[in-house]
Amino acid sequence: MVDNAEFDDIPGTTVFTAQRSHQGFHLNQFCMSLKNASNRERFKRDERTYLDEWPMTEAQKQAVLARDYNAMIALGGNIYFLAKIFATDGQSFQIAAASMTDMSVEDYAAMMLHGGRSPDGVRSKRDGN
Amino acid sequence: MARITAGVTTSHVPAIGAAFDRGDDQSDYWAPLFAGYEWSKKWIAAERPDVIVLVYNDHATAFSLECIPTFAIGCADEFPVADEGFGPRPVPSVMGHSELACHIAQSLILDEFDMTIMNQMEVDHGLTVPLSLMFGRVDAWPARVVPIAVNVVQYPPPTGERCFKLGQAIRRAVQSFDEDLNVQVWGTGGMSHQLQGPRAGLINQPFDQAFLEKMNTDPSSLRAITHLEYVREAGSEGIELVMWLIMRGALHANCQELHRFYHVPASNTAVGHLILESPQDDGS
Repeated sequence: MVDNAEFDDIPGTTVFTAQRSHQGFHLNQFCMSLKNASNRERFKRDERTYLDEWPMTEAQKQAVLARDYNAMIALGGNIYFLAKIFATDGQSFQIAAASMTDMSVEDYAAMMLHGGRSPDGVRSKRDGN
Repeated sequence: MARITAGVTTSHVPAIGAAFDRGDDQSDYWAPLFAGYEWSKKWIAAERPDVIVLVYNDHATAFSLECIPTFAIGCADEFPVADEGFGPRPVPSVMGHSELACHIAQSLILDEFDMTIMNQMEVDHGLTVPLSLMFGRVDAWPARVVPIAVNVVQYPPPTGERCFKLGQAIRRAVQSFDEDLNVQVWGTGGMSHQLQGPRAGLINQPFDQAFLEKMNTDPSSLRAITHLEYVREAGSEGIELVMWLIMRGALHANCQELHRFYHVPASNTAVGHLILESPQDDGS
């Protein structure tokens, strides 16, 4: 039996396993459809109607409508697919990444300019390092 | 005979492409990043490679979750530039080298690497940002490209050890191609970065610096880095560094480092760039 428990020990991180890929398949397929400019237009015109064309769970749809990227990831979303949503919104990867942390966009940008988030303290929940 | 003369590694952050495309490359934020490639652009203009075997990862562009090949090779004559959600990058279409690509594909499969063969494929920033960094603004890319796409989106990616051995098999394949071609191998992606979750923004400069140093001096130690260590130390997307090991495996055992550059940040990512010259004697 595959065991990914070691990855669950890393704080604030979701590893996109085959199981999560299965769970999030339709959410990620919806994201993939936003590669097409006419689909982006239809989605922007009426997000709910567009989402209802996909066999996603209600929780997945609500997470998309709320642009709650942590929730989307918890429901099987993969960041490279979710990137099509914030690209459609005209939002940068840095703003989307900041929204997943407990920091403001400004504080996150400042952290990156000062060398990024140190791995010290966020390597392992068990070891607290 | 075709010869592998050099290897290049570089990060392939999409924001670099966006800055380049809107002419923002001399702004305070971006100028230090692009300055790190000035020497490289002069070098490659003199080297004039015929073909680049370009190792990269697709980012939900050519491959949805319907089909996830671990290793894919592009055998088409041309690879169009994809719309990734914000319109296609305004850069030239990428021209393939189908004869060499088909030869490499066949050689790799008989060498026990079960490649997926792509006769039609769009390419994304993972492949085009490195071309922009190395060649600048051009009307047509000055080299043909054999794309090698590696799955690093869905866990598990191939191991670093497997990637290094694929590089060695690419070396055997290129060296058995009859036409006299100057071939470079590029490994792209990395360095440390995490794009998701509350730990987003992770950068590990000591890890990156050690990785850059060992690429030339001690690649065997890099082959043993586990997926768990990559995610812990270099972030969930830092695992892209396994692609650099394909490039390293394709080069001579004893290379000369011609250029090294490291810069933080490009958006959420640490940028690393190396040029290694690969000697032409048989040692490998």
